[in-house]
Amino acid sequence: MSGERLSVGIIGASGYAGGELLRLLLGHPSVTVTQITSERFVGKFAYQVHPHLRGQTRLRFTSREACQACDVLFLAVPHGESQVHIDHYAALARRIIDLSADFRLRDAAQYAAVYQRDHRAPEWLPRFVYGLPEINRDALAGAEYASGVGCNATATILALHALVLGGLIEPDQPIIVDIKVGSSEAGATPTASSHHPARSGVVRPFQLTGHRHEAEVRQAFAPLGAYDVRMAVTSVEMVRGVSAAVHVSLPAGLAERDLWGHYRAIWNDEPFVRVVHERTGVHRHPEPRLLAGTNYADVGWDYDPATGRTVLLCALDNLGKGAAGSAVQCMNSMCGFDEMTALTFGGIFP
Amino acid sequence: MEQAVCVECGAEIDIPADVMQGEILVCADCGAELEVIELEPLTLDLAPLEMEDWGE
Repeated sequence: MSGERLSVGIIGASGYAGGELLRLLLGHPSVTVTQITSERFVGKFAYQVHPHLRGQTRLRFTSREACQACDVLFLAVPHGESQVHIDHYAALARRIIDLSADFRLRDAAQYAAVYQRDHRAPEWLPRFVYGLPEINRDALAGAEYASGVGCNATATILALHALVLGGLIEPDQPIIVDIKVGSSEAGATPTASSHHPARSGVVRPFQLTGHRHEAEVRQAFAPLGAYDVRMAVTSVEMVRGVSAAVHVSLPAGLAERDLWGHYRAIWNDEPFVRVVHERTGVHRHPEPRLLAGTNYADVGWDYDPATGRTVLLCALDNLGKGAAGSAVQCMNSMCGFDEMTALTFGGIFP
Repeated sequence: MEQAVCVECGAEIDIPADVMQGEILVCADCGAELEVIELEPLTLDLAPLEMEDWGE
């Protein structure tokens, strides 16, 4: 502990999500980041990997093995690693928030089916709360273990949430989610597909069926019905951002104000979800570029009253609301802090 | 302050005390431009919308 602040560690702080976590937590008035780890950058200052943090902290990366006990531990390591070391981490910290996909699904068989490998710590799956406060706030309050969220899953869940809860979307229809994503979704490790000459300027469909985040969405809505959610993801010219367009059929003949009513009922009291649905102007629909660096998700829709054909929209920052922002929001709930603490940056424009 | 309801989205709209017939009010929720059609009783309707070319 450092004064009355909680001590926080980040395992895997050299990646993009880890860097975003560090940026947010350095501005949090009730915590002190005491340790950051990276196997690749042991001994380096944080700013040498995250140049925008120059002057913000003198922390250096340490090895995972050198991690000391702390109050809250964030795990921002690649998928599959958290489950291997979870017992060790749990001995170090009472509260853990894992940003990877390791503890998002509650069922080991489902995990094996989706990730094509057996889970190494299945007994831990039911102990984690799915870390999206907008649908799990009560469970997160005071919880000790929270999973992160899939960025594409988050955009899809938030796009659908108001009308699923409002009973307007029947589960018997295929729900097709067209998702455009930025390059930071692919992580900080360069690959042939992320090499600038290959990546710049693309509109590259990379996973049009069988996306792993579909399972998170189905799990989130399972108490309300067996929703058949199918994602088609395309990489576009953007660094941060997710734009989800969810194609559904609603009853024909609804009025706009009916839809507004459903959105207001769900989102009016949510601090980080904003309804964007304007008749005119350039910014009439959610737009991810405006959300870079924020924990906000903007939701909206376009509805054809003649046919009921509807496109539900959500935009967010994959590293913000889709990863580190939600994780900090979870920590705030788990530790009894104001949920908005350290998360109110409103973005920049142009 | 008198209030009216946006005919587009149902949000409550504050009506200025000196509102005039023909005045255009803007809904803070949905951004709809609402024309004051009558003062007694206060009647709002969607203002004519000039279709935009988004250059697409």
